[in-house]
Amino acid sequence: MWQWIGDNPGIFGTAVSNHLQLSGVALAAVILIALPLGLALTRRRGLANAAIAIVNILRTVPSLALLVIMLPLLGTGFLPSAVALVLYGLPALLLNTYTGLVEVDADIVEAARGQGLSDRQVMTRIEIPLALPVIFAGIRTAAVQIVSAATLAAFIGGGGLGELITAGMANFNFPQLVAGAVAVALLALFVELAFAGLERLLTRKLRMGAA
Amino acid sequence: MSWAIENWDRLLIALWEHVRLVGAGLAISLFIGLPLGVLSARKPRFYLAVLLVSGALYTVPALAVFALLIPVLGLGFGPAVVALVMYALLIIIRNVATGLREISPDILDAADGMGFGRWRRLFAVELPLALPVIIAGIRITVVTQVSVATVAAFINAGGLGDIIFQGITQDFGEKVVIGALATSALAIACDESLRRVEVALRAAQAESA
Repeated sequence: MWQWIGDNPGIFGTAVSNHLQLSGVALAAVILIALPLGLALTRRRGLANAAIAIVNILRTVPSLALLVIMLPLLGTGFLPSAVALVLYGLPALLLNTYTGLVEVDADIVEAARGQGLSDRQVMTRIEIPLALPVIFAGIRTAAVQIVSAATLAAFIGGGGLGELITAGMANFNFPQLVAGAVAVALLALFVELAFAGLERLLTRKLRMGAA
Repeated sequence: MSWAIENWDRLLIALWEHVRLVGAGLAISLFIGLPLGVLSARKPRFYLAVLLVSGALYTVPALAVFALLIPVLGLGFGPAVVALVMYALLIIIRNVATGLREISPDILDAADGMGFGRWRRLFAVELPLALPVIIAGIRITVVTQVSVATVAAFINAGGLGDIIFQGITQDFGEKVVIGALATSALAIACDESLRRVEVALRAAQAESA
């Protein structure tokens, strides 16, 4: 494995950077969509139930199915892979954003309104900060899911570390296959640990701010 | 849809292979996960260690697990089931432990007072009370395993993923879509039926309480 990486630093580097790019773009899009959408849903509870039902079905769809269904719709490559990964990561963050905001103590919101805070101020100063730990847990879940599922993007020409695995398998190049598998496993574990660490830091900071 | 209509027998075989993979994976996961979950509910330190190991296994991408199992176990049904079990342990152990820990100490005291032994208390009182949480864990496990089993076709374990991969290599869009829709339908059907079992169990418990 090490020898294969040493002999093919270019291929390995490209695979890593493709994987990070694909996951990064997808995660950024998930955050940009899920946060405002989750917020909007708390203001429209009727719509929220329908949205949650749809998201719960989406959450059940296997990652490989979600990726390959893009083939007839968008073809192969980076874009269809990114779109599929966004759909795959969205449920976790959307549900957490919504639940986090809904679970904020109604008394606290009421008290803030009583002190004359506007709707916008209640949202930015009370609701969002209090829901932040739950929201961040959603970001962590989405990040790990996306990095993991991005491995399967290789099947629709999306590149990334999965490509080392599929190419290694096709050419009976086992060092390449193992290099890809170990790298993506370590990457997923690293993302999980890094986001868990960030989450702990954030929660501690929020608690200190509240005290 | 013409391919699916003409080849419904192949589709059924793939579905059967898929169900068999998940069935074997689930059975073995429960066989290992239940005792570990019970032990975890009693011993917090052991629980922490088990969570770390099974959590790490759960985080590793499916394709990587299959690839890494090739040099060790080779290709086919066996290694695929091993991978499915690796994915299931975290959720089963966690839900069994959570379900057992959530039981009110009063109930346990009452069972002890009635002279229930350790094992009788576990099987007659604790596990039945924890059942809804355990079923919830089984539900997540089955949905995860249906998803991971799709990728198992990569190591020649068959299943609905096989239809997808054949479609990709043959550049035959309909097969890809049929395979993807079939796995999704299977996952959604499993999720919904287990959800109903969970709801019914909770309702029954609420009634008897």
